[in-house]
Amino acid sequence: MALQTQSQDIEKETAAIIDVHEHQEGPLLPILHDVQGKFGYVPEDALLKIADRLNLSRAEVHGTMSFYPDFRTEPAGRHVLKVCRAEACQSMGGEKLADDIQRDLGIKWHETTPDGKVTLEPVYCLGLCSCAPAAMMDGNLHGRLDEDAVLKLVEEVK
Amino acid sequence: MGAVLYVPCDAAALAVGADRVAETLADELRARDVEATIVRNGSRGMHWLEPLVEIETEQGRIAYGPVKPSDVAGLLDAGLLDGGDHPLCHGLTEEIPYLKRQTRLTFSRCGITDPLSLEHYEMHHGFLGLKRALEMTPAEIVQDVTDSGLRGRGGAGFPTGIKWNTVLKAQGAQKYIVCNADEGDSGTFSDRMIMEGDPFVLIEGMTIAGIAVGATKGYIYTRSEYPHAVAIMQDAIKIARKAGILGVSVMGSDHAFDMEVREGAGAYVCGEETSLLNSLEGKRGIVRAKPPLPAIEGLFGCPTVVNNVMSLASVPIIMDRGARFYRDYGVGYSHGTIPIQLTGNIKNSGLFETAFGLTLNELIYDIGGGTLSGRPVKAVQVGGPLGAYFPPSLFDTIFDYEAFIERNGMIGHAGIVVFDDTVDMLKQARFAMEFCAIESCGKCTPCRIGSVRGVEVLDRIAEGDQPEQQVELLTDLCDTMKMGSLCALGGFAPYPVMSSLTHFPQDFHVKPLTDAAE
Repeated sequence: MALQTQSQDIEKETAAIIDVHEHQEGPLLPILHDVQGKFGYVPEDALLKIADRLNLSRAEVHGTMSFYPDFRTEPAGRHVLKVCRAEACQSMGGEKLADDIQRDLGIKWHETTPDGKVTLEPVYCLGLCSCAPAAMMDGNLHGRLDEDAVLKLVEEVK
Repeated sequence: MGAVLYVPCDAAALAVGADRVAETLADELRARDVEATIVRNGSRGMHWLEPLVEIETEQGRIAYGPVKPSDVAGLLDAGLLDGGDHPLCHGLTEEIPYLKRQTRLTFSRCGITDPLSLEHYEMHHGFLGLKRALEMTPAEIVQDVTDSGLRGRGGAGFPTGIKWNTVLKAQGAQKYIVCNADEGDSGTFSDRMIMEGDPFVLIEGMTIAGIAVGATKGYIYTRSEYPHAVAIMQDAIKIARKAGILGVSVMGSDHAFDMEVREGAGAYVCGEETSLLNSLEGKRGIVRAKPPLPAIEGLFGCPTVVNNVMSLASVPIIMDRGARFYRDYGVGYSHGTIPIQLTGNIKNSGLFETAFGLTLNELIYDIGGGTLSGRPVKAVQVGGPLGAYFPPSLFDTIFDYEAFIERNGMIGHAGIVVFDDTVDMLKQARFAMEFCAIESCGKCTPCRIGSVRGVEVLDRIAEGDQPEQQVELLTDLCDTMKMGSLCALGGFAPYPVMSSLTHFPQDFHVKPLTDAAE
């Protein structure tokens, strides 16, 4: 019963999101972004609803969604820490920083801490190459980082 | 109205605490009962001094930085509001050598104005280019852009005017202007800075492009990693629409033009124009074979101009000051100015807009001040993750499209990443292949499989497994990727690899087996 209700809620919320974007040209990505913004991931029920309303096959929607690293099929931890792995950050010790963070959190890339608090994702450039190394915690940017500064960020959200 | 202070809202400034500085400043001013306005401007591009606080004085704006929240009270005690002296004071902003040496055309307003103030924009020559364009025929506008010598700033360097002319002449009930703001190259942020610091210039440039080729709809495709740029751009579009700049009648003319911002979803390859178009259409960001060119069959099969942010943001000043004015800057076939981004391990990191023609030596040492770590420079990567690594012996190369190509490099989106002598070039070569493997769209075999094999071969070199044969294999593989890939991702990934191998062979030397066993 509960499951059914949840599934109905997802369909309803997804339909409302589709209403907003339907008139746009190529509305699929904006819809997927909003669905993920709403639920924290793209639930299967939402995917089916999108396919139905946009007159696409389930495979087409799944194909688009799965191409893009941003879209998740399962919820992330409560906070998402994205650490830049690209060259400018490497030149300022980004690789060691990333290793330290993985060790300190006890997880690897794409994993979530056992308490469900933090998911760690790599990112290839935040455009903060002039104040490297850089990271993003839930949409907030942080530059000129070192291990202590990142640990402080994690402590703040925990 | 009291004192006017500036604290940037640019993402690079925010990442180092600009919001907290602005809040502390506001609190302190309130506590001291001082009437003052804090303007959240774009960044001046001197990122090593961010957060850079400025105060308006009779002599001009005076700069303080980098300011921490804990510095604010002390700065006010030292007479910040009158431009008082302080260890963090750099004097008049415009007199700081880093800024004074620049030729700011595209970035003429960035860091000076409130990004979302139309009044500021117009006070600083905003919309003069568009107004002039509205008095011209489409063919005349295209001719001016062609005559200016402007070439695509995204990296390929294709003449912008020629692209526009193709779209102008193409038949189609609907045409589009697509702004490629998918700035994924490491070492670059000029697109982000303009979107966050002077969004109206991009709106103006795209509108001129629309009028020139007969397009009524524009899209800015940018990155989900740029949430601040997205928000500011969206606000700026709303403001422009309300003011009648965008809409059914652009500035009261017979031309219609409107635009939207679209966000990517973390795929680097979507910076490639055909992949970007597929993504905009709501599909997987798979690269399309060319021809047909997007100028003939682009977005939804319609004639489409796909230009980089920097190209489009350079159009207003070309229209305002004339093709000749712009063309006179630069060297050889590289006309105008280029916003160079000095990044990575460099002291004076930031954005430096200058005419083409400076050498890497001048940029890295005279302007950039050498490495931040104080160690010797070992290599620089110019042009993003697909750009070549250059050793100091090539630092006499001038910043010019052709000069870089001649030395098997590319200027790309004009980002320079500096590495000191602790860098291991074999690792960098491996990363280039790894990055290509992660980001490949999967359409063509040389890129999809070649990059994976590239990582394996480099791992074998690192392990000392038949290094000579592996190097030969790697060279052959790189040739195949260069020649056989559909787009620049697979086609250029060999550049960082081969340049590392060519210029830093010592890093590809194999450790004796006894070392490895230890």
